[in-house]
Amino acid sequence: MSPSILLVLIIALSVLAFQLGKTRAIAVVGGQRRIRDLHSLPGHYGLLTAIWCGLPALLVFLAWVLLQDAVITRLVIAQLPAASQALPEAQLGLLLNDLRNVVAGNVSPEMVAPETRIAAAQYVQLRDIAELALAAIVVSIGIVGMLWVRAKIRPDLRARNSYERVIEVLLFACSAVAVFTTLGIVLSIVFEAFRFFSIVPVTEFVFGTNWSPQMAIRADQVGSSGAFGAVPLFAGTLLISFIAMIVAVPIGLFSAIYLAEYAPIKVRKYVKPLLEVLAGVPTVVYGFFAVTTVGPALRVAGEAMGLPVAGESALAAGLVMGIMIIPFVSSLSDDMITAVPQSLRDGAYALGATRSETIRQVVLRAALPGIVGGVLLAISRAIGETMIVVMAAGLSANLTANPLEAVTTVTVQIVTLLVGDQEFDSPKTLAAFALGLVLFLVTLLLNVIALYVVRKYREQYE
Amino acid sequence: MNQSSKIRPVPEGTKTIGDVTVPEPVFSCRDVDVYYGDKHAIKKVNIDIGRKQVLAMIGPSGCGKSTFLRCLNRMNDTIVGARVEGMIELDGQDIHEKRQDVVQLRARVGMVFQKPNPFPKSIYENVAYGPRIHGLAADRAELDEIVNVSLRRAGLWEEVKDRLNQPGTSLSGGQQQRLCIARAIAVNPEVILMDEPCSALDPIATARIEDLIDELRESYAICIVTHSMQQAARVSQRTAYFHLGDLIEVGETNKIFTNPQAKLTEDYITGRFG
Ligand SMILES: Nc1ncnc2c1ncn2[C@@H]1O[C@H](COP(=O)(O)OP(=O)(O)O)[C@@H](O)[C@H]1O
Ligand SMILES: [Mg+2]
Repeated sequence: MSPSILLVLIIALSVLAFQLGKTRAIAVVGGQRRIRDLHSLPGHYGLLTAIWCGLPALLVFLAWVLLQDAVITRLVIAQLPAASQALPEAQLGLLLNDLRNVVAGNVSPEMVAPETRIAAAQYVQLRDIAELALAAIVVSIGIVGMLWVRAKIRPDLRARNSYERVIEVLLFACSAVAVFTTLGIVLSIVFEAFRFFSIVPVTEFVFGTNWSPQMAIRADQVGSSGAFGAVPLFAGTLLISFIAMIVAVPIGLFSAIYLAEYAPIKVRKYVKPLLEVLAGVPTVVYGFFAVTTVGPALRVAGEAMGLPVAGESALAAGLVMGIMIIPFVSSLSDDMITAVPQSLRDGAYALGATRSETIRQVVLRAALPGIVGGVLLAISRAIGETMIVVMAAGLSANLTANPLEAVTTVTVQIVTLLVGDQEFDSPKTLAAFALGLVLFLVTLLLNVIALYVVRKYREQYE
Repeated sequence: MNQSSKIRPVPEGTKTIGDVTVPEPVFSCRDVDVYYGDKHAIKKVNIDIGRKQVLAMIGPSGCGKSTFLRCLNRMNDTIVGARVEGMIELDGQDIHEKRQDVVQLRARVGMVFQKPNPFPKSIYENVAYGPRIHGLAADRAELDEIVNVSLRRAGLWEEVKDRLNQPGTSLSGGQQQRLCIARAIAVNPEVILMDEPCSALDPIATARIEDLIDELRESYAICIVTHSMQQAARVSQRTAYFHLGDLIEVGETNKIFTNPQAKLTEDYITGRFG
């Protein structure tokens, strides 16, 4: 029986269990009219029965499906002739690959070695047995669970409480999955980064000004010794983020001021969502825009002014990234400005302040902490942004403050280090984890500060 | 002061009972109507506001007290859809005249709000804000002097003199309200409007503000909206009773409270509704 059919069967069994539990509860209390004597609603007894029928069966099912292939493969290998078993790891891997292809029907059995063919047949046989066994086990678990709960149903059984407890545990399990996944990612980054730092000293990574991660493949190869000074990457990231913020902060802030303080309600109603659409444009589209439009336009403009602008420049990437970030700044600033109580504006007007005086000296002053928080969030977005810079900023690790030259960023290097076939223990690959760690720490710090500032600000007016 | 000594006649058809006019009024309002969109919030109100005295405005919620108060410094201009008609003269000059600059008007007519609303600035800067935007101080020393005097008159100086650089929001509610009063008198207005200034304060802070109002009366005309009839009786010399946008009765405070002429006023004062 194939796993998907089995899954349907489990569900069907649970539905049956629900009905069974419900009818049993009604029967136990002595009919539909006496259900007030039950501790919980009949449906709760049904749900409880369904849970104890379906949930354990489902867990066993999942565990089995996850482990089955590994176990069967082991068994099949153990059956192989001694000669094959003694093969080195890589060749054994190839053999197993053939075996899988045969089992999956991608390759006809005549194409592979005879022992593989036999092994494949064994595999299929074992799998069929396993699936039958699984079906038998799962169904009996379900039935046992169902009957067990049914036998326990009495009017004073607290079905609702038990059922809600199960729901609570399920919800907790889901959030635990999210938390542990994050934790796992962080730990793996930290772990790999430390492996990198055991090869390349931290000081070289943090203070070195030469970045050329190409490692020699042969011992006699020249010029590719691998240098992991990340300063040019940090500088490039900062340069591009800086340009982006020069674009995004004034435009975002001023449009927020316009929308919050000056725009008629109708204009606000249409312009605000329109601005927020900018945030929904996929970053690859922005990258496209940077490469095909902004980059060439800058070069033409540069030529006209006699300035040498590289085809891929920090300026092009920064400008486009700035545009991408405008909605973050404007939307958050707008929230902060509208959160300033009207009574403060009234206070200023009543003293004879003009509209612009009121906005500059009272409203913005009050909203400043929130706006700063929003800008910090935007900076962390800019630093972590990848697609635009991959497409528009270039790959050369120049240490320069000239926005007209090509620079590279932390995110771009992570991408280039990991694209293509990689060994997972060369410093080149591990360097990506070190860069990832830096990126993670910086954006985490920015986010924590920003959230703290924004929360503090919100409390002030609630 | 040239024209203001003349008493402006009250238009025919005014139903308000009592003494609408006073000699040498600082404000003269004639047939004032306010609309919020289609809603007629204030109907043909006629009233004079005297110098160096407190006018209390009482009446059930929603009867238009705040609306009327906001006419006097044209704060209704800031409300979309609000429309004010009729004539309001400050010292004999129509405040709606083209020549009248609303910035100057508001420098002459200060306002204190229901909830204390200190700016997100230091105590010093809160008080200095008005003088700064109106250019009232030539140098820092003068500004210091204005701040000092205003805080003293508002009865707050002793409590804050050592912490002028702390934020205004760090004060207690009652102190914040006195800070707002100091902020209003720092621009040296002629009239101070107060819209339920004590409704967010505890009884002790309220008593301090009431004492303060009594002192300020020696220098300013004060208009106070209040929900407390005891407060109106304690601090005011004249009282005006509003009802559903109409000014029903106005007159000397003790007359209104001991011997109201209008049935509606009497019902309100004796607590039959409100
Ligand atoms: N901004 C506004 N827009 C529309 N209607 C308003 C506005 N402010 C007040 N009103 C209405 O005008 C009437 C008078 O309000 P208000 O002057 O605040 O009364 P009071 O201060 O006496 O309680 C009320 O019916 C109120 O609903
Ligand atoms: Mg009011």
